[in-house]
Order: sequence, then structure tokens, then C-alpha cells
Amino acid sequence: MKISTQAVQIGLEWDTRTGALSVPIYQVATFRHPGLGQSTGFDYSRSANPTRQSLEDGIARLDGAARGFAYASGMAAITSLMLLFKSGDHLVVTEDLYGGTCRLFDKILNQYGLTFTYVDTTDLQAVQDAITKNTKAVFMETLTNPLLKFADIPALSVLCKAHNLLLIADNTFLTPYLLRPLDLGADIAVYSASKYLSGHNDTIAGLITAKDPQLAEEVYYKQNGAGAILGPQDSWLVIRGMKTLGVRLDRQQENALKIALWLQKQPRVRKVYYPGLDEHTDKELMERDCRGFGAMVAFEVDQHSLVEQLLLKTRLISFAESLGGVETLMTFPEGQTHADIPPDVRARLGINNVLLRLSIGIEDIDDLIEDLSQAFEGDSK
Amino acid sequence: MKFATKLIHSGQTIDPRTGALGMPIYQTSTFRQQSLDNFGKYDYARSDNPSREALEEAVAALEGGNRGFAFASGMAAISSTLLIFSPGDHLVVCDDVYGGAYRVLTQIFSRLGIQSTFVDATSVEAIEAAIRPETKGIYLETPSNPLIKVTDLRAVAAIARQRGIITMVDNTFMTPYLQRPLELGCDIVLYSGTKFLNGHSDVICGFAIVNDTDLGNRIRFIQNGFGAILGPQDSFLTMRGLKTLKIRMDQSQQNTIKIVEWLKQQKQVTKIHYPGLPEHPGYEIHKAQADGPGAVFSFELDTFENTKKLLEGSKLSAFAVSLGGVESIISYPAKMSHAAVPKEERERKGIKDTLVRLSVGLEDSDDMIADIAQALK
Repeated sequence: MKISTQAVQIGLEWDTRTGALSVPIYQVATFRHPGLGQSTGFDYSRSANPTRQSLEDGIARLDGAARGFAYASGMAAITSLMLLFKSGDHLVVTEDLYGGTCRLFDKILNQYGLTFTYVDTTDLQAVQDAITKNTKAVFMETLTNPLLKFADIPALSVLCKAHNLLLIADNTFLTPYLLRPLDLGADIAVYSASKYLSGHNDTIAGLITAKDPQLAEEVYYKQNGAGAILGPQDSWLVIRGMKTLGVRLDRQQENALKIALWLQKQPRVRKVYYPGLDEHTDKELMERDCRGFGAMVAFEVDQHSLVEQLLLKTRLISFAESLGGVETLMTFPEGQTHADIPPDVRARLGINNVLLRLSIGIEDIDDLIEDLSQAFEGDSK
Repeated sequence: MKFATKLIHSGQTIDPRTGALGMPIYQTSTFRQQSLDNFGKYDYARSDNPSREALEEAVAALEGGNRGFAFASGMAAISSTLLIFSPGDHLVVCDDVYGGAYRVLTQIFSRLGIQSTFVDATSVEAIEAAIRPETKGIYLETPSNPLIKVTDLRAVAAIARQRGIITMVDNTFMTPYLQRPLELGCDIVLYSGTKFLNGHSDVICGFAIVNDTDLGNRIRFIQNGFGAILGPQDSFLTMRGLKTLKIRMDQSQQNTIKIVEWLKQQKQVTKIHYPGLPEHPGYEIHKAQADGPGAVFSFELDTFENTKKLLEGSKLSAFAVSLGGVESIISYPAKMSHAAVPKEERERKGIKDTLVRLSVGLEDSDDMIADIAQALK
């Protein structure tokens, strides 16, 4: 069954008692036992909640995983996942990592003896060189943030298997609709579901899928133990959002390509990052592995003063963090999403004070271009 | 601004106090007042609630109207709107009107002294012939449910306007994306928002939209007085559903066209009612007043056995009441949407025991076709 059909089916079969098309919101903490030593399969909502379970089963099906897990946020998902490791363990990590993950690794988890080496994960040799005897995993973003680099997951998987490492892929920017990392050899996929999966800028949620049943059992143990679970209301909203994942992403991608091409023609735009552009170095690889190029576009303008102008003068496009929703948003990575990355690393990566990132929504393309156009014209300097 | 953009940016979409993208869910009944002399814009949530208001402004803008009203259900929207009429008033109504509307007209409003005449609304002459001196309203659905009959809205609205009659159109199947009756001269647009507008089979709600200030004030008086309003949670969910209306409708419509093409070739299918087919009697009129054929159609099977097999054997399409959701829904008008219509009346209208209605969702059309094929086998 195709992804868009599977997404629509989430939760449909659950309520056999009433036949309701939508899984009920089980706003409940505990469940009555049918008898001594018996359970309905649900005892306490931290351990399992039917609404959350519908979401977890749904993402597992979409990703081709043994099991799925839902958390209070994308960061809660990653933090819970890191509990798989112990003091002394080392991870190799994508260098232009989301600022929040970077903060978690370098300022919180490092205090517990975990160490991290940042490399360009599109460079297989660099990954191999960074592996030490303590390395336990490679943590990558399938499409990096904000510079939209795409690594060779099957090749990384071969390398990881040779060194007995887990391959963890943060697939937030692509979602299972465009890429199924577990099919390509990743062991675990991680999502900030606040983004494309929920898709309406109205929920904070995280998801994890694990390919192997035994690994999934370990992930479950940490989810239940640490308890950073997603509540039933938000679980239900994410399910609801996922039903339109395919149609949203189709439109978002179509708009993104048009905006990337338009930006390329603007005299004050120095550089455009979008993997669907012919000059993007990872385009071919993405064509091999993905069903599309996503809907994030980054670009550099000629002067810092134009950054503020664009952020404040756009009317339809909101100046706000986050991404993946139906509304188009623009952000300034250096000052916002990537503020926690050390300045020298930022500079090396190309996250500078003239870089802007767009998360493209589903508005009509003509209106978006008109909005950007008037913002560019804002001053005639 | 184009439709796709209007969906995202109509009405109050940013909380003025915090900048939050989206109005907060104001789960409140009352609002603290600052002054004895001048009450604020909001005093009691039945009258005005910011979450509901954001949605009402959005639907009004999408329709090209100046005022929208959100109600607890489609039937609450219809019933509240019909309360603008008075005892002695007469209505002309399309004859295959939704069963729920038929029921309130014939069993409730008739008791209040509002009489209805049901006519074949594919004939403008039949509508005109049914008009009496006391006729105050014409009530239409186009395409109608479940036989997908088409009424010429411009022609009816012109006749009605000449005589000071209010034209009401239940536009549930089309939504403002595909058909905007106010632009065609009609006066009130009604919706079961439960269907395509919300689109996720998870909210019950309704709307009335007008473009006339006086008419708006009359409906507003009833909305506040009768109080069949939409709550804040459901207002928020409908607003959320509305954002993807265009892309949902585009996909569902595209899927529908493929499924209809496939069904045409099946020997068990004897007739298809869909305004996207050139052989549909209302094809030209529909094309002139709407931007697409929509994603609901009905079809007839050769035998009752095959009808039963299809309804019970569909795995992807839920056998259920309602329509317009992301999930495909297959239904049986004779026992569902039109169960409230007496059997002989139903058969006279052509709602046979072998008629099936399909509301097409966002599943992949290949999966849908495979599902219907296995059910019919």
C-alpha cells in the first residue's frame, strides 16, 4: 500500500466498538483491570495509551519499522534515544546539525560522559576517520539544516555495520513520504513531528521508529522509563496532520522549486540552496533515494541589512522559527535556529549573517513570490 | 490573493497579543469587562468568541461574503437560517434535498407554519411555476445529494431577485473552492462544515454565509438568540482543516476522475452520476458555474447482491454515513442519508436500492481501484 493511503488509514481500524473513523482521544491516566493478573493491554497511559499507540503504529507502518514511539517533542525523542548509550560512549554526528540537538549533545549530554565528533556526513571518509573504539553510533540528518546536504545512507549503513555501530537518521525534513531511511539501512529514524508530520504549526511532538524488534524493545524501555511521552490530545492532532502529509508535501515541494528558481534570478541573492536545483551537489543522490527534494530553501543575500528588511517586510511570510507547516515561514539561522553552534563552526559551515531559510507552505505560489518581491523592493539602496 | 493563499491567511490567523500562528482556543464562557458604560467587543462566548470569530471571518472571505456564521452542525446552520422566515411564508425546495433538511422542513418547520413545495430543480421552469405570492425563499443543492443533479444557480437567482425571494444554496459538496453561489447572485450559502471544509471526519459543524448586511444582521440575531453555535475546540479544528481544503480537494477530485473512468468499464455498474462526465445532463451548466466536478458521485449496480457485496466488502472505503473526509467513504443513500425520506417518495426520486454513493478521499487511486475490484469480485 502506498504512503498516502497508509497515512489516511492511521487510527481507522481502532475503535471496533463504535466504528468511529477517528481514533478516540483517550484522555485517561489509568485503565481498569479485567481481573487479577489480567490486562486489557493498557494499564497506565505513560506505558501505553490507545491514542498514542495509533500514532506509534502509524509511523511504524509508514517507515517500515518494527515499532514507533511518540514523545513530548523532537528533543524529548532524541534525549530519550540517547539513553541507549552510556558514559564513555562516542557518537559521530552531522556537523551542520540542528542547533537544539547540538545544544543537547554539547552542553547537556557531554556532562554525562558522552562524547561527540562533528563531521560532514556526506563525506564517507570523514565519517570513517572519526570512528574510535568507543564509537557506538552515527547520528545524521537525512537532509541537513539549514544547508540541505544529503548523505549516502546505504554507504553509511555499510560502514556502520562493519564497525557495529547504530545508524540514526533524523528524517524530519523529508518524512517517510519522501524518504524511508530504514529501507536504506538506517537502524533508527527520528522526527520532530512538530514539522511536516503534524504540519500545521500547532503541535509540539517527536517520533522515533526502530527497524529491529529487539532494538525497539530497548527504545520502549527508555520511553516508558524516562516517560517523555506525547499526550493523547497532541497524539491525535499529529495523526490528523499526517492524513494530509502527501498532499501538503506535493504542493510544498512544487512551490519550493519555483521559489528557488525565482530567487536565483534576483540580483541581490548571492546563493540559493535547494537540492532540486541542477547545481546542487546532492541532487543525483537524492533522485536515487528519495521521492522528492523537500520544501526547505536557504539563500544568501548580498548584505546583512537586507536580511532584516526581508524578515520584517514580508506580509504573508511570517518571521518565525520552526518549519514544515502549511504557512510559509522565514528564519535567520545564525541568530535563531543555530545560535547555539559555536561561531567558528558556523562560519566554516556557511551559516553566516546573510543566510536566510525559508520553509515553504501551501499558499499559492504567485502570492508568495509577490510577497518576497515587494519585500526585496522595500528599499532601493 | 488566490484561493490557496486565502485559505492560509484569511481571518485572524495570528494572535495579536503573542504573535502565535493561529488563534488560541478560547475555552471560556465569559470575558471580564473594564468599564460599566462600554462593554468590550467580547462579553459572553455564545455571542462572540475569538476562536469562532476567526473561523467565521475566514469562511466569509473564502466565499466572497461579508459575514459568516458558525453553527454546532450543518443542520443547526440550516435550521437557524430557516428561522429568519415567519409563519405563512412558503419555500420552494429542490426535491432530492438532503434527508436531514427534508425532515426539518416537513416535520418541524411545517408545524411552525412554514410550508415547502419540493420540485425538480433541474428545471428552472418548475421552480418558477412553484412560486406563490407568499414564497419567501428558494432552497437548493447543486450538485444534489445523492443523484448529483445540477441546478442553474444564475437563472434561479435572477428569478428570485426580481420577486424579492431569498435564494439559499447548500454548497457542501462543492465548497467555495469549486463554486461560490454568492458570486452567482444567490443570497445565503449554507454548509455542513463537517464535510469538505473541515475534511477529516472528526468535527460536526455548519456555516451560513451572506454578502448583505441586513440579511447578516437577521441571521446574527438568530445565531445569538437561538444559540446553536460552534464551540471553540471545534472552531479551531475546522480552521485547521480548512487550511488544506484546496490541496485535499484537488487530490480527491483527481482520484474521483480516475475511479469514475475505471467504474465506467465495469460490467456490474449500470449508471454513474457525476457532473464531470460529458454525458451528465447538467454537465454544461455545472461547468459554467463551478470550477470542478468535485469528489462525490453516485452509481448504480446491476443487482442488489452486488450492491451489498461492494458495501460490505470495501476495506479502504469505510462503509459509513457522511462524506468529504480524507478517508474515502462509501454509503448507501436508501438507508443512510435519505432514510428519513419515505420509501415511495425515495423511489419516485430515483434513489434505488442499488444506488451507492462514494466520497473519494486522499488514498492513492490505485489502492482505491484495487479495493473496489476485490469487493466486487
